[in-house]
Amino acid sequence: MQKTVPYDVQKVREDFPILKRVVNGKQLVYLDNAATSQKPQQVIDALDRFYKEYNANIHRGIYKISEEATAAHEEARAKVARFINARHAEEIVFVRGTTEAINLLAHSWGRPNIGLGDGIMLTEMEHHSNIVPWQLLAREKSAALKYVGITDDGLLRREDFAQHFENDGVKLFCMAHASNVLGTINPVREMIREAHKHGCRVLVDAAQTVPHMPVDVQDLDCDFLAFSGHKMCGPTGIGVVYAKKELLEEMVPFHGGGEMIREVHLYESTWKDPPYKFEAGTVNIAGAIGLGVAVDYLSRLGMRNIRTHERELTEYALEKLSKIRHMAIYGPKDAHVSGGVVSFNLGDIHAHDMASLLDEDGIAVRAGHHCAQPLMERLGVPGTTRASFYLYNTEEEIDRLAESLERAGRIFKL
Amino acid sequence: MSSIYSEIILDYYRYPRNKGQLSSPQIKAKDSNPLCGDVVEIQIELDSDSHVKDVRFNGQGCAISQASASMLTELVKGKSLDEVRKVSKDDIFSLIGGQLSVARVKCALLSLKVLKTGLYTYLGSLDSSKDELASL
Repeated sequence: MQKTVPYDVQKVREDFPILKRVVNGKQLVYLDNAATSQKPQQVIDALDRFYKEYNANIHRGIYKISEEATAAHEEARAKVARFINARHAEEIVFVRGTTEAINLLAHSWGRPNIGLGDGIMLTEMEHHSNIVPWQLLAREKSAALKYVGITDDGLLRREDFAQHFENDGVKLFCMAHASNVLGTINPVREMIREAHKHGCRVLVDAAQTVPHMPVDVQDLDCDFLAFSGHKMCGPTGIGVVYAKKELLEEMVPFHGGGEMIREVHLYESTWKDPPYKFEAGTVNIAGAIGLGVAVDYLSRLGMRNIRTHERELTEYALEKLSKIRHMAIYGPKDAHVSGGVVSFNLGDIHAHDMASLLDEDGIAVRAGHHCAQPLMERLGVPGTTRASFYLYNTEEEIDRLAESLERAGRIFKL
Repeated sequence: MSSIYSEIILDYYRYPRNKGQLSSPQIKAKDSNPLCGDVVEIQIELDSDSHVKDVRFNGQGCAISQASASMLTELVKGKSLDEVRKVSKDDIFSLIGGQLSVARVKCALLSLKVLKTGLYTYLGSLDSSKDELASL
């Protein structure tokens, strides 16, 4: 590991004002990072500065502050491109978030390219946002959805993967880079290579990895990649579609409207080149600028360092939690193949009761089906409690989680 | 801080009163909270006087939803339909006996919503009671 500068988590914490909050008489322990991350002062300041100093609509304003806003917006695009090592800034389309990103791809690439009887392959560990848009498309086109199942350890069943390629005419494979429930980091690079041998395009839902580890789209060679700004220290309402340039060029527009057109006539129009073709209307200017600053922030800390920090935390949490009586942990028990996500149930305590009990101790976790109902069915549970970590979490916070879980067990007389 | 999960809640959750089915209930209804997956069904048998002669609930879900359903069945047993109609949110909150967080209020009120749905269906006044049901 290139951990040249020691990672100073206490120093990182100082950048996040919300971490000082007291909830129910205790200092907030925020362990719901897979849902959304907290924001550093640098990002908050960038939004503040935009609205106070150069708020203007972009691209067509012939005045100073509009030019500044346009430059900052496009600089953010370039920063994001560098962050995931895209070849060109034009391969970055700004959208609202991962959900909109996937819907855009289903519409703009899926509708022209998926037809009767074609296979769309997904995995059983997908978030609803990487299932429902494909169900809609499959229904419209009479295409077939095929699923790669998971093992009891929460890993993808590679035999399903091979079998669907043999038998099902799969044209598109959509997979989570990492599971938002189990934490499993999937071997995307290898699977993309295999898919390409079968002439299949691959979309990677990287909502749970781009914020947490180095992601290099050229190294992965994915055709499409989607992620959200708000899970990576950025504002809500901004997300990213990455697509290879040649694919973006042949894709049809998503929304029609201003900004995305070259010429409009009464009965027909022509489109701008990507990425603008996909960015109709006034975009989330402040959001993109904020995301650019979030990317700067993460880059300065170093994505390898962040990954190492989270891996160590996950190892610590797995060890600590597995010692608690009546604890059932779902997904891989090896932090080397898992992101900073630990899903569990304690005895027969319902996940919502557990979240309330932890909240009484100022600990924020998520409980329920985590927008992954097919996965819950596969696990045979109505829901789980999920603790998910980020760059500012500490071992002391995991100790507090463990203590509070012990208290929950006592209250429920397990 | 003290827990909403009092001994009483836990007791009703672990040892639910009036859980099960009735053979010929005049009133019955079932609903779920899609967000949590909590499910509650309530059945009521009336006596000749239109008082609650017997009542049962069935369901699955969190301790708050299941304990409050069980406590509600005890509350309404023996009551007239008019008294049942007057059971309010606050009655449920005082049965639970603590400050519920906003996210959990729905769990606590699911059984009351089911009870009222069953009652108004029986009385034929479901349409005119939509506002009340929506507020639960």
